[in-house]
Amino acid sequence: MVYDVIIIGSGPAGLTAAIYTTRADLKTLVVSGVKWGGQLMLTTEVENFPGFPEGIQGPDLMQNMRKQAERFGTEFVNDDFTSADFSSRPFKVSVGGKTYESKSVIIATGADTKWLGVPGEAEKIGRGVSSCAPCDAAFFRNKNVIVVGGGDSAMEEALVLTKFATSVTLIHRKDSFKASEIMQKRVKENPKIKIQFNSEVVEVLGESKVEKVKIKNNKTGEVSEMPIDGVFVAIGHIPNTKLFKDIEVDGAGFIKARDHYLTNIDGVFVAGDVHDSHYKQAVTAAGYGCAAALEAQKWLREQES
Amino acid sequence: MADLKLTDQNFKQEVLDSKTPVLVDFWAEWCHPCRIVSPIVEELAKEYEGKLKVGKLNVDENGVTAQSYGVMSIPSLLIFKNGQVVKTMIGAQSKDNFKREIDSVL
Repeated sequence: MVYDVIIIGSGPAGLTAAIYTTRADLKTLVVSGVKWGGQLMLTTEVENFPGFPEGIQGPDLMQNMRKQAERFGTEFVNDDFTSADFSSRPFKVSVGGKTYESKSVIIATGADTKWLGVPGEAEKIGRGVSSCAPCDAAFFRNKNVIVVGGGDSAMEEALVLTKFATSVTLIHRKDSFKASEIMQKRVKENPKIKIQFNSEVVEVLGESKVEKVKIKNNKTGEVSEMPIDGVFVAIGHIPNTKLFKDIEVDGAGFIKARDHYLTNIDGVFVAGDVHDSHYKQAVTAAGYGCAAALEAQKWLREQES
Repeated sequence: MADLKLTDQNFKQEVLDSKTPVLVDFWAEWCHPCRIVSPIVEELAKEYEGKLKVGKLNVDENGVTAQSYGVMSIPSLLIFKNGQVVKTMIGAQSKDNFKREIDSVL
C-alpha cells in the first residue's frame, strides 16, 4: 500500500499537518517516534497557545492534537524513524525494520535538547543532569540545583524547580536574559532563585551522580567549584536532521526551506522547528504544519492531472 | 505480570530475594514519559513471562527504595539479578531497545 502522505514527527507541526491532510481525505501515516508529542511533552503549563485562556498542560495539548488527528483517520506508527529514501517514487520511509511507501512526505522532526557538551555531563544524564524539570524536579526536594540557559525554557525550568528545591541558581553566559519580560519578572521576584551572569559550566563532577560543577566566569576567567545536586540544561535545541541524507540543511543543521515549506526534493515538504530557527513556538509550528499540508495536497493534485 | 505492585515494604521479598531476574519500572503519576513506557512494560511482561518478573514501583509512595538506587529521573527501568542491579535504562525508549538491553543480561 502507498500512502498519500507520510509525516515524520508528531509535535504541533506534524499533528496539525495530519489533521489537515486527513480532512482532505489523503491517506496519512504519522511516524510519531517512541517519545511522541515533541517538546511540549516536557513542559507544564502552556500559556500562549491561543484558545486556552486559562492555559493548558503541554502534554494535554499534544494528547488533544493526537486525538483530533486520529478522529479523521490518521494512522500512527509509534516507533522511531530510521531512514528515508527520496531517490525514487514512491518515497520510502523506514521505521525500525519496516518500510512504508508514500507519494509525498512532510518532515516535521523538530528539535531536541542541546546539551552542554562538557566533560562529566553525558554519563550523568539521569543521575543529576536533566533537561526536563517537570519530569525530574520532584527528585530534587530540599536539594540545590542549577539551571543553565537564558531563554524562556530556562526560566520555566527554574520556576518549576523552586517548588521542590531549596535553591535554584540560573547560570547564563551572557550578562542579560533573552527570555520574555513576563518570565524574567517571575524569576527575579522568586526568592529561591539566584542569578549568575557571565558564567559557564565547564565540567560536571561526581562519582556516580552529580556532586559539583566547575563554573567559569567568562569576564574574569576565574574558575570555581560549586557543590550542587542537579544540573538542568536549557540552552536551546538542535534540529533533528541527522538521519536525512539527501535533504539540504544549513550550517546549524536546520533544513533549508524555500517558501517556508519546500525542501530541495520535489514532493518532500518541511514544517516546524526542524527548519525554523527563528520563532520556535508551538503555534508557529502548528501554522507551518498547516501550510505544508495544504501545499502537499496541492502538489498531489497536480501530480495526478 | 506487570501488575505486581512493588513497595518499600515488599521490595526485599519480591525483588532482592527473587530467584528469577526482576525488571522494576520506577514511575509516578505526574510523569508523562512514564505513560509512554507503561504499555511497553506490559508487553515486555507478557513476552518474557517465566524468564523475567516485572513490577512497578511508584516513586512518590516509595521514596526510600527509589532513593537508595539513585533514581533521579523517570521512567527508569532497572533489572535486578540475585539482589544486584545489573542494568539501568533511563528514559523512554523503543521496545526493541529495551529487549536488546534485557537480552544482554538474561
